Amino acid sequence: MSYDQFMDQAVSPWMLEDGPDHDIVLSSRVRLARNLADYKFPVIAPSEELNHVKQFIEKEYNQASFNESGPLQFISIQDLSTIEKMVLVEKHLISPLLTKKSDTAASLISQDEQISIMINEEDHLRIQLYYPGFQLQDALNKAFEVDDWLEDKVNYAFDEKRGYLTSCPTNVGTGMRASVMMHLPALVITKQLNRMIPAINHLGVVVRGIYGEGSEALGNLFQISNQITLGKSEKNIIEDLQGVVRQLIEHERHARDKLLKELGTGLEDRIFRSLGVLKYSRIMDTKEMATRLSHVRLGVDLELIDLSRHILTELTVLTQPGFLQYHAQKTLTPRERDVLRASVIRKKLIEA
Amino acid sequence: MKCQQCQKRPATVHYTHVINGKKTNIHVCEVCAKDSGYMTYPEEGFSLHDLLTGLFHLDTPKVDYQGHPFQQIEELRCPSCAMTFAEFKRIGKFGCIDCYHTFSNRLDPIFSRVHSGNTRHLGKIPKRKGGHLHLKKQLADYREQLATLIENEAFEKAAIVRDNIKELEQKIRSKEAGDNDEL
Ligand SMILES: [Zn+2]
Ligand SMILES: [Zn+2]
Repeated sequence: MSYDQFMDQAVSPWMLEDGPDHDIVLSSRVRLARNLADYKFPVIAPSEELNHVKQFIEKEYNQASFNESGPLQFISIQDLSTIEKMVLVEKHLISPLLTKKSDTAASLISQDEQISIMINEEDHLRIQLYYPGFQLQDALNKAFEVDDWLEDKVNYAFDEKRGYLTSCPTNVGTGMRASVMMHLPALVITKQLNRMIPAINHLGVVVRGIYGEGSEALGNLFQISNQITLGKSEKNIIEDLQGVVRQLIEHERHARDKLLKELGTGLEDRIFRSLGVLKYSRIMDTKEMATRLSHVRLGVDLELIDLSRHILTELTVLTQPGFLQYHAQKTLTPRERDVLRASVIRKKLIEA
Repeated sequence: MKCQQCQKRPATVHYTHVINGKKTNIHVCEVCAKDSGYMTYPEEGFSLHDLLTGLFHLDTPKVDYQGHPFQQIEELRCPSCAMTFAEFKRIGKFGCIDCYHTFSNRLDPIFSRVHSGNTRHLGKIPKRKGGHLHLKKQLADYREQLATLIENEAFEKAAIVRDNIKELEQKIRSKEAGDNDEL
């Protein structure tokens, strides 16, 4: 087994299942930050020390299987081309930070891409678990299992008072960041989301736009995550986050009903125009694509358009700059990418 | 002048807080200045990074002690990774687990601000740590005791505690050596 499969398939195997509330919550993620007690943190550790950690992980865990997730593939980041790194980042299997630590960084990815463990990023280990739809509790349970499994062979940096010791003070304690990716077009169109954010923040929950620059959200996609990691158990953090997510789902559903009632044909028109643009354009940048795909996804959710959501998910990933260039097998100028993007979208939608 | 905050102790710390060009004069006692009740930052609309950067400037020389420039007390340096407290504030990252112990006394306000008033972990505990962890906790307690005894010049008692520490360190070392083939 090599890492080719991670590059070739745009949609991770775990994404093929529909999770609960999948019309609004696209995915759930739990990330645990862990460090090894006897090594300095990556921010300051000399390369030899980090390479020692990296080699140990490769020796002990490369091709090891964790339950039904399939064997873990060890990938040394320095073995990847620039474009391959982009692809893994676009699939959220590794972080942009990891690709910058090329010589000492590595990653372990399970065959179903549900488990990804980053080695020597900001912390020695960052365990990430993905689930489709709204399944934070399951993601937490599985993350704990993986955590215990790894712990058989490593000595975690832990302190009774401060918990899991992390390089950044914002992660100390549980080391856990739980998040969901939500599609909230109606709350954005009705301008309700911005008004809700201060109240949400007040509950210790952070709302961040995804794929956008700064605070601008592309494609009405938002990451909702816990802010604090210290002084609350993982279970309580997840429960509080779930409470906020449930409310957001309810508000979004309500706003969708209202939009449909108030705008009627106007909304339908907007949705179908976007479908038309996606189907027939010759040049398409990422920003416009994200907006159009969001409209079409809303059309599917409202049963106005008969299309598989998986195609939309696939398109989101397939048309990222790294993916386009990986499949073209060469570096492309932004203009060339926009042309290729339009053609990839056209083909997919017409095939469908 | 009495402290604006506790209304009890005399105000010995005076400084001007400028927010969006609007000046506010603050007169508080040393205790309240340290608790930094006036150093609050508007949290809404601030990213975690902004929040931290704000926090880490808590004790930079904006504060005047009776008109004298604020003196940095002493430079704390982690014995294991050599990171200083000033460096930690600048980059916002710890260098190793011993930084946590070295800077321990100064971390509560930072953690408290970042984690909504929390400073203690409540949550998962490594499954294998059990016995090991308690030995280390005991070791830390002994070391604290030792420091106090030396400070009070109770050298005979200190010698006993020192022997206990040696014994415990030996125990921990052999325990750790027993777990081979792991990091
Ligand atoms: Zn006072
Ligand atoms: Zn240190």
